[in-house]
Amino acid sequence: MAAPEQHRLVFRHIDEPGYSNDLACYLRNGGYEVLRKAVKRKPEELVDEVKKSGLRGRGGAGFPCGVKWSLLDRKSGKPVYLIVNADESEPGTFKDRYIIYRDPHQLIEGIMITCFANRVERTFIYIRGEFPDGAKILERAIAEARAENFVGPNILGSGYGCEIYIHRGAGAYICGEETGLIESLEGKRPYPRIKPPYFPAVLGLYQCPTIVNNVETICHVKHIADMGGEAFSKIGTPNNTGTRIFCVSGHVRRPGYYEFDVGKLTMGQLLNEVCGGPLPGRKFKAVIPGGTSAKVLKFGERYKGRRKVGAEMVEYDWGVEDIPMDFDSLAMVGSMGGSGGVIVMDDSVSMVEALGNINAFYSHESCGQCTPCREGSLWMKRITARMVHGDARPEDGALLKSVADQIAGRTICAFGEACAWPTQSFVAKFGDEFKSYARERGGPESGAAPELV
Amino acid sequence: MTQPATKDLITVNIDGRDVAVPRGTNVIEAARRLGIDVPHYCYHPKLTVAGNCRMCLVETGMLAVDPATKAPVMDPATGKQRVNWIPRPAIACATSVMPGLHVRTTTPLVRDCREGVMEFLLINHPLDCPICDQAGECKLQEQSAGYGRGYSRYIEHKNVKPKRTPLGPRVTLDDERCILCSRCVRFCKEIAKDDVLGFTDRGSYSTLACYPGRKLENDYSLNTVDICPVGALTSTDFRFKMRVWFLNQTNSIDTGSSAGANTVVWSREGAVYRVTPRQNDWVNDTWMADSGRILYKEIRAQGRLGSIRVNGAESALDFAVKAAADILPRGRVAVVGSGRSSVEEQFLSKKLCDALGARASLVSRVGKGDGLLVSADRNPNVRGALVTGLIDALPSARLDRLGAQIDSGQVTGVVSIGEDLAAAGLSASQLARVSIVYLGTHANATSAAARVVIPTLTVFEKSGTLVNQQFRIQKFHKAVPGVAGATDDLLALARLTAAVGGPVLSAEVEPLWERIAAEVPALGAVSFAPIPDTGLLLDGAPWAGLPFAEGPSLHFEPAARAAGEARP
Repeated sequence: MAAPEQHRLVFRHIDEPGYSNDLACYLRNGGYEVLRKAVKRKPEELVDEVKKSGLRGRGGAGFPCGVKWSLLDRKSGKPVYLIVNADESEPGTFKDRYIIYRDPHQLIEGIMITCFANRVERTFIYIRGEFPDGAKILERAIAEARAENFVGPNILGSGYGCEIYIHRGAGAYICGEETGLIESLEGKRPYPRIKPPYFPAVLGLYQCPTIVNNVETICHVKHIADMGGEAFSKIGTPNNTGTRIFCVSGHVRRPGYYEFDVGKLTMGQLLNEVCGGPLPGRKFKAVIPGGTSAKVLKFGERYKGRRKVGAEMVEYDWGVEDIPMDFDSLAMVGSMGGSGGVIVMDDSVSMVEALGNINAFYSHESCGQCTPCREGSLWMKRITARMVHGDARPEDGALLKSVADQIAGRTICAFGEACAWPTQSFVAKFGDEFKSYARERGGPESGAAPELV
Repeated sequence: MTQPATKDLITVNIDGRDVAVPRGTNVIEAARRLGIDVPHYCYHPKLTVAGNCRMCLVETGMLAVDPATKAPVMDPATGKQRVNWIPRPAIACATSVMPGLHVRTTTPLVRDCREGVMEFLLINHPLDCPICDQAGECKLQEQSAGYGRGYSRYIEHKNVKPKRTPLGPRVTLDDERCILCSRCVRFCKEIAKDDVLGFTDRGSYSTLACYPGRKLENDYSLNTVDICPVGALTSTDFRFKMRVWFLNQTNSIDTGSSAGANTVVWSREGAVYRVTPRQNDWVNDTWMADSGRILYKEIRAQGRLGSIRVNGAESALDFAVKAAADILPRGRVAVVGSGRSSVEEQFLSKKLCDALGARASLVSRVGKGDGLLVSADRNPNVRGALVTGLIDALPSARLDRLGAQIDSGQVTGVVSIGEDLAAAGLSASQLARVSIVYLGTHANATSAAARVVIPTLTVFEKSGTLVNQQFRIQKFHKAVPGVAGATDDLLALARLTAAVGGPVLSAEVEPLWERIAAEVPALGAVSFAPIPDTGLLLDGAPWAGLPFAEGPSLHFEPAARAAGEARP
């Protein structure tokens, strides 16, 4: 079956010739009409629409957005905050940057609808420090929107008011973790908080109830408010509704961003048809489906089991190419949908060196608060660096796995899993390469290994 | 398991044993009550929970109930209600007790968690044990022996960080040893209210430092050394001086103020090496002021009196008390007692006063209280003088009335028990007009002007009790023998009292207490030995109207003193 067409819902205007990121262009294309309608409705209705839509977070965890909103503590009387997570730091992910740079008003409209639905009066966009132009673009867009009363004390004459503040980060992946982000926003070191008791929905920013949502998720909220939750829920697959933007990078002929209905195309269709397949003379070796925090999938593996399709339990027997690109299927085969960053590696890649690169990233980004991640991520990086720089031992693969097993599940935040899963999955699936790296020194394409951070 | 009748107690099950603890107790404390040790680093009972060391991971579970009917789900194997064990371990320090909570600390998962954390802490830890002060009282040593894997798999290079940074005048930091538990950071922020410490850099290169331009120099800086589980924060005074397992520990009291912080004096072969706080949840928690720690240096400070002198010539105790009796005319003697004397010494001072027909004055020392453990009254035992009846009003800082009496010739002899009369306002000519008998530890203008000088002991060299601002009577014990030439204060006072015609009294604390309990109304129900290490609260009501100088400090509210405090 041929791959479906892209469904450019959030990315409709990205790469559209003549489309610019100013308000006039957005208004010409029907912008802020959804907001106009939304502020005439009851906030609870909008929350219901999002619940019905089945929208799942697009930042990495895939947590149902409507459920997250309904966990907000409304009893304490404290102000409710929305934080837009524009920290996009998951390696392999580059979708939010285009929304911010090319279609910022879609984000702002989505933010205002979200705020109205949750009775938020102050919202913050936490944008990664590496997007200085993006911050400027957003500030200009907010100023434009405020001038037209799409943002500010009296939105479209509704009596409801909400202000947006931009806060720039300064180069830390851990600021993408929701409680790390909150700490950073409060001006402190981004040490994630222990949960319990510091669930953001109860004790978030300034110890007030807070929602943290990804940029793409908030853009979907706009579309849900537009078409209705039920219509949205019919896009994609049950429990994996709507569209999502896949960021494909690595060894394919046409890397880039592609938006599809969730679960309506397989990995093989995405990589081979949409992205043109492997580079000339090469074969696919491995793919990481959801940003480097997700477990790697090895081409040639089979995944068997039973899953629910409709009302029935159906057997599945998949190769990597057959996996439908949705949250549940990817979780079933032992990986995750994550942030949608699909990183493709072909047979020119030494998995030991690839893991070395990944470990260098995580050890550099570990905040250092809790023992297993802080010490374990650096240890794993030192092992792979030592291997790559010529001093590998056959047992290093087993040692890496043992160290990673001591990190996952024992840390304050999910960074522990994020730094442990790559190591665990690489060693589990490509264990032979790790064992023989010492002998073969450098893998298929020997040569000087690049200096790792 | 059934929940106890009291609503504020919750029963939890740890390793198969039930224990009922107050609401809000965390699992580490609940386990401690059962004698189960849950190893930890960053948790401290007196600081907020950080949860970052991950050493206290335990398995938790809740009693299984049917979600629809709420009926208990039974386990056919045991016949008891099933426990749903949560696969992900939880940190015990941040888990508050809940009805039905079950905890396991001896499973393979928990053992693996502990070995894992231990291994991670040791991989970048320098091999400093042979030169590290913390050896012998190091949590890393203890817990790696108790819960660690026992061998190393780490063959990479270790982190290099600054090794001997003075953070301030009294604390030296070795960054490589730091396990980033953040106890010191939280202590400075929450207890000392001096937010001066923080981490810089990221990940495994995180380094403890003072904020730029600041120094760790508050009066509680050495508490960070006490609570540091490893040898990262060290006392500059104690560094490299002595191995802790060679030191004797003696319970004592900080005499820097009427807060009366409980201490431990560490000594060996007659020398004191350091003073650390002793836990007393009603007085000082686990803290003490730096200013109280350095008091041990007075033992061998310059000017320590070392020989009994009569008119400048060396003498012996019997001659000295006889000479004193000769120069103290009954009815024209003043006794200057001290707020730094113990209760027993003040009792004997009162006997001396009675025998001499003299009035006693004390000298007050009032400063600014810091709201924590240095109270406004820098005398540790003014209340002991009130309780024993040595004085019946609060002392003033200057002995003006005595000065006037000297000028008018009313007083021709003065016994000063540990107080420098010149510092209290008497002039040199006034000192020259009277015959002075001085009992004290260090040379000063009074000892120079005195005709009889009997050197006595510092608080470290004798035993006794002191009454703190809470009217709590607390014991201190002799840690080191007195310096050569010094006489025990009780012996000197007892002999002096007898020499001037007063009763013959015991100079030993315990027999003396039989007299004290018999004669002092406030201490009637007290006997010395059973006073607990945390002290005994006396009834301060008879003195409630006096204008005490102290403001609020840790565990002390001046107004609600009688009403609010819990009795131990």
